Amino acid sequence: MTASSPSTLRRWLPWVLIVAAGLILPVLLPPFRLNLLGRFLSLGIVALGIDLIWGFTGMLSLGQGIFFALGGYAIGMFLTLDNLEPGKLPEFFDLYGVKELPGFWQPFSSPVFTFFAIWVIPAVVAGLLGFLVFRNRIKGVYFSILTQAALLVFFNFFNGQQKLINGTNGLKTSTAQIFGELVGSDLMQRYIFMITVVLTVAAWFLCRWLTTGRFGDALIAIRDDEPRMRFTGYNPTTYKTLVFAVAGGLAGISGALYTVQSGIISPQFMAVPFSIEMVIWVAVGGRGTLIGAVLGAVVINYAKSLVSEQLPETWLFIQGGLFLLVVTALPDGLVGWWRLGGVAKLQAMVGWPPRSPTYPALDLDPALRSEAGSIDSSAELEPIRPPGAQP
Amino acid sequence: MQLTRLRQASLQKVSLRILGGSLALATSITLASCGGGAEKAADGGGGEFDGEVKVGILHSRSGTMAISENTVAEAELMAIEEINAAGGVKVDGKKLKIVPIEEDGASDWPTFAEKATKLIDQDQVAVVFGGWTSASRKAMLPVFEAKDHFLFYPIQYEGQECSKNIFYSGATPNQQAEPAVSWLLKNKGKDFFLVGSDYVYPRTANTIIKEQLKAEGGNLVGEDYLPLGNTEVAPIIAKIKQALPKGGVIVNTLNGDSNVAFFKQMKAAGITPGNGYAIMSFSVAEEEVAAIGPEYLEGTYAAWNFFQSLDTPASKKFTADFKAKYGEKRVTNDPAESAYNMVYLWAKGAEKANSVDDNKVREALIGVTFDAPQGPIEVQPNHHTTELVMIGEVQKDGMFKIIENQGIVKPLAWNQFVPETKGYTCDWTQDRPDAGKFKM
Amino acid sequence: MDLLYETLFNGLAIGSVLVLAALGLAVVFGLMGVINMAHGELMMLGAYTTYVVQNLCKEGPLEALFPIYILVAIPLAFLVSGLAGLLLEKTVIRRLYGRPLETLLATWGVSLILQQFVRSVSSAFMVGLVLAVAIGLLLPRFTPRRWWEQRWTPIIGVSSWLVAGLVGILAASALGTNRSMDQPWFSARNLDVSAPDWLQGAVDVGGVTMPTARLFIIALSLVALLAVNWFLQKSVWGIRIRAVTQNRSMSDCLGIPTQTVDALTFLVGSGLAGVAGVAVTLLGSVGPNLGGNYIVDCFMVVVLGGVGKLLGTVVAALSIGVLSYVIGSGSLLLVWPTMPAGMNEVITFFATTSMAKVLVFILIVVFLQFKPAGLFPPKGRMVEA
Repeated sequence: MTASSPSTLRRWLPWVLIVAAGLILPVLLPPFRLNLLGRFLSLGIVALGIDLIWGFTGMLSLGQGIFFALGGYAIGMFLTLDNLEPGKLPEFFDLYGVKELPGFWQPFSSPVFTFFAIWVIPAVVAGLLGFLVFRNRIKGVYFSILTQAALLVFFNFFNGQQKLINGTNGLKTSTAQIFGELVGSDLMQRYIFMITVVLTVAAWFLCRWLTTGRFGDALIAIRDDEPRMRFTGYNPTTYKTLVFAVAGGLAGISGALYTVQSGIISPQFMAVPFSIEMVIWVAVGGRGTLIGAVLGAVVINYAKSLVSEQLPETWLFIQGGLFLLVVTALPDGLVGWWRLGGVAKLQAMVGWPPRSPTYPALDLDPALRSEAGSIDSSAELEPIRPPGAQP
Repeated sequence: MQLTRLRQASLQKVSLRILGGSLALATSITLASCGGGAEKAADGGGGEFDGEVKVGILHSRSGTMAISENTVAEAELMAIEEINAAGGVKVDGKKLKIVPIEEDGASDWPTFAEKATKLIDQDQVAVVFGGWTSASRKAMLPVFEAKDHFLFYPIQYEGQECSKNIFYSGATPNQQAEPAVSWLLKNKGKDFFLVGSDYVYPRTANTIIKEQLKAEGGNLVGEDYLPLGNTEVAPIIAKIKQALPKGGVIVNTLNGDSNVAFFKQMKAAGITPGNGYAIMSFSVAEEEVAAIGPEYLEGTYAAWNFFQSLDTPASKKFTADFKAKYGEKRVTNDPAESAYNMVYLWAKGAEKANSVDDNKVREALIGVTFDAPQGPIEVQPNHHTTELVMIGEVQKDGMFKIIENQGIVKPLAWNQFVPETKGYTCDWTQDRPDAGKFKM
Repeated sequence: MDLLYETLFNGLAIGSVLVLAALGLAVVFGLMGVINMAHGELMMLGAYTTYVVQNLCKEGPLEALFPIYILVAIPLAFLVSGLAGLLLEKTVIRRLYGRPLETLLATWGVSLILQQFVRSVSSAFMVGLVLAVAIGLLLPRFTPRRWWEQRWTPIIGVSSWLVAGLVGILAASALGTNRSMDQPWFSARNLDVSAPDWLQGAVDVGGVTMPTARLFIIALSLVALLAVNWFLQKSVWGIRIRAVTQNRSMSDCLGIPTQTVDALTFLVGSGLAGVAGVAVTLLGSVGPNLGGNYIVDCFMVVVLGGVGKLLGTVVAALSIGVLSYVIGSGSLLLVWPTMPAGMNEVITFFATTSMAKVLVFILIVVFLQFKPAGLFPPKGRMVEA
C-alpha cells in the first residue's frame, strides 16, 4: 500500500532510474559518452558535499574547487610517480631544472598513502579553513567571499609553482598505468565508471545518514536560526567545521575520480567560475534533496557538453539564464519542485484532474477518499438540524 | 477584480523573470545557427565530389582565448574552403570533400582533452587541427598518444617536445626567440629584463633565453611573471626601472589582456623606444597591435615567421582573400598563416599517401612542401616545419616594417642552449623506440 | 627617501583603482546587504561606453571633443551602467531581498549573460531582442482580457514569452543573412581605447615619475568619494538611504518610499561601477573579461573595510594597494638588504606579481581572525541576522 502511494513513488523514482542507469549504460553507451557520464557522476559527489553545507547547513561555499583539485592532484601525483623508472624524475621537472623530487611528493609514491590522501588532505584543509572562519562567526555572504578568495589563493599558488607542481600544465594521468593497464584505455575507464557509480551511491548514503537524525537536525537548526541554536547550548562551530570537512573530503574523492576520467588535473579546476558552477548544479537539482545534487550535476554537464558541441556561443546565455530561472522561479530546484507536487500543480492549471477545494492529497488518495466518502454519506443520512426545530 | 489585477501583475513579473534566460538564449541560438548555415552554403561550391573526409577543428570559441583562437579557426576554415573549391583532396582516384567539424575548447584545458576524444571516437575525424596555448596542447597530447591519432598545432611554442602524434607548424624557439635574442644582443644591448605571463610558454622560453644569454655574453637583470588576465603591472614596471634605469632590452612574452595594460603603463612610465629601451615581444602580432593601439607600440619589435606587410605575391593574396572573406578591417598574422598552412600540409600529405588514413598520412607528411604565404615551407623529420625568420618593427598604422630577414631556418625540437636537452634530437623517420628524443 | 615616495605613490595608484572599483560595491553591499557579482560586468559596460564615445569623437562633427572625450565618457558611463543596474534591480534583485546568497547566484548569472551579450551583440541580435521584449510585454494588452484571469494563465504567460522569443529569433535570423546586420558590434576581441595625449605622458615630481593617467585616476576616485560622501550625508535621498539602512520597517512606517530608495541605491552603486570602468580603460584592455579581473579584489576590499563605512573601503583599498606593491616589487629587499637568509628567501619567493596576490589574500584572512567584522565594524549592538 505504502509502496505505491504517490509520495513514496516520487521519492524512489529517481533512485530506480539511477540504479538502472548504472547497470545498463555501460553496455549501451559508446566509450566516449560513458566516459562523459562517469565524469559527470563523479561531479555529483562534490555536488553532494555542497548540498550538505549549503542545502542543509546554509553555508554557500564558492571554494569547493580547492578540495576538488587537491584530491585530483593527490591521485595525479601518485600516477605520475608510479610510472617512473626508479631514480628518475617526472619529465616536466627537467624543463625547469629541478634536480631533486620536492619533499612533499615523496609520500605519494605509496598507494596506501595516496588512498587516504585523496580524501583526508582535502578534509583537513577544509576543516582548518572552516574552523578559522567559523570560529569568528563569519558567515553568510562573508563566508562565500572568503571561500572565493581562498580559491584564488590556491589557484595562483598552483598556477605559479612550475617547479613544485608543473604550474598551468597540470599533471596528466591517462598515459599512466595501473596494474599494467593504461588508465586512459576503454577497459580501465569502464572499471572506473563502475567505481564511480558505487562511490556516488556510497556518498549519497553517507550524506543521507548525516542529514537524518540528530546531526542533521543540528545542521538544519544552524541554517534556520544559528543564534537560537547557540543560545540553546549547542556550539555551531563544531558542527559547521565538521560538515565542511566532510564536504571537503567528498570534493577530494570527486576530484580524484574526475581526474582519472578526464586524464588531466590542472589549476583550471580551481578557477572561480567552475566552483560557482558546482553550486548551480545543486541549485538546479534542488538543494536539501541530496539526490537533486547528483541529478543536477549530471543533467547540466550533459547539457553543457551537448550545447557546446552545437552552439558554443550560447552556453553562457543558457547558464546565466539557468541561474536566474532557478533562483527566481524554481527556488527548490527540479527535485524539490517534483517532491512538492509541482506536477500536480501543473495538472491543476490545465484542469486535469480538476482542482480540488481542499488539500489535493486528501482528494486524490483513494484510501483517504473512501474515508471521506463515508463521512459525507453519514452526514447525508443524518442532516444536522437546528436545535429545537421540529422534524 | 482586485485579485485578478494583482495576479496579472505578478504574472508579468514571472514572465519578466523568464525573459532574461530564454529570450537572450533563443536569439543567440538563431544567430549562431544562421552563421553556421552561411558557412555550410559557402562550402558547397566545389563541384562534384566522390566522398567526404571529416577533419576536426578544435579551438576556443568562447572564454578568454576566443579572442586569439577565432582568427586561427577562421584561417583553417578558409583553407578548407579553398581546397574544396579546387576539387577537394584527391586520394585513390577520388575527389574527397573536406568537412570540418568544429568543437569549442572553451579556453579550458581539460575541455580540450574531452573534445579531442569526442572528435576521434565519436566523429572519427581523419585529423584534428587545434589548440593555441601550450597547456591546451599538453592536455590533448595524452589523448592523441593513447588513441595513436594525430593533431596539427599552429602556434609558435616553447619546444622541448617532440610527439609522434603531433605536427607543429608554428616556430620553435630557434626559429623565433633565439634569432631575436641574438639580434638584440648584437644591435640593442646586453642587459635583458624578461617579462612574461605566468604559464608554461613564457617560463620555458625564458629558461632558454637565460641559457642563451649566458652562452652569448648577455646579462640578465631581472624577470617577472604576471598571472594570466592580470592588469596591475605597476610592480613590474617599478622593477624594470630599478633594474634598467638607463635603458636596455625588455623581452616580453606576456599573453592576451596583460599586454594592453603592460604597454599602456610602460608608455606612461616613460619606458619607451624613444628613451633607450628596446622592447621585443613574442606574442604580439598584427591583431594584438590593433587591440592594444599602435601608438603604444610604435617602435617596439616582434619576431615572427609571417607579417602581413611581407611583400610577396603569395602573402598579398593570402591577406586579400582573408579580408574578402572576413571583412576589410581584419588583419592577417603569423598564427593565422601557420594555421592556414597546416591544412594545406595535411591535404598534401594525404595526397602523397594516397589515403586519408591517419597512420599513412602521418608517415607521408615528412618531407611534404608547400608554397605558404611566407614562402616555401617543408615538414621535417621531427614533425616541425621550416620557417622564414623575420624581425619587424611596429609602425604608426599598426603594421610591421620588416627590418631583419634571416632566411629559412630548420626547426630544433630539443633546445641546444638548455643543458638538460643539449645534444638531443628527434627524428621520426628512424626506427628506434626513442626516436622522439635521443642523443645525436 | 625616493623609494618611500615611490612606494607610496604606486601603492596609492593601485589602491585608487581599487577604491573606485569597490566604491559602488561597498555602497550597495553596505547599505542593502546585497552582493552584486555582476559589478565587474557593470564596470565592463562603462569601459565599452568609453570605447563608443572615443569612436564617436575620433572623427566627424565631434572631433573637437577628442582631447576631453574621457570627461564626456564619465557621466555617460555612469548613466549606462546605472540604468543597467536599475533594470537589474527592478527585474531580479527586488525579488530576492533578504536572500543574499540567492542574490549572489542570480547576479553571477547576470554577469555571464552580460559577458556573452557584449560578445554576440549585433544589429540583427538587437532588433530580435527588442522585438521579442516588445511582443512579450504587449501581448497581454492585445489578447482577450479573460485569458489573463484564468488558472491556466501562467501557462499562457510562459508560452506568450516563448512565442515572443521565437519571433525575435526569426527576425534576428532573417536580418542576420544581411552581412552588415550580422556583424558583431564589439565581438570577443579586445578593443583599443587610446587615452588622449595628455593622459599618456608622465610628470616628474621630486624624482618620482608619476604617469598622468594614474594621477587622473587618483583625482577621479577622490572626486567620486567626496561626491558619494556628500550624497549620503547631506542630500535628502542620502539621508533616506541611511534611514532605510538602519531600520527598514521604521523608515517604511515614517513614509520613506523604501522601494524607491533601494532602486536609487542600486542605480548609484552601479553608476559608480561605470565610472570605474572608464578609469580602467586608461590602464588595461577593454574586453568581455574585464570585469572578472577586478571582482574578487573588490570583494576583498569590502570584506576588509567592513560594512557601512566609506572610510573602511578607502583604508582597505589603499592598504591592499600598498601591500601588493611592496610585496610584488620586492622593495623590502632594497630597504633592508642585510636581512637574515631565511627571510630573504621568503620575500624573494613572494616577490612576483602572482605570488604577491597569494600573500596579500593570506594576510587578509589572518587579519580577519582578529577583526572578523573588518577594519571599521558597525558600532552598537545588533541582532545577528
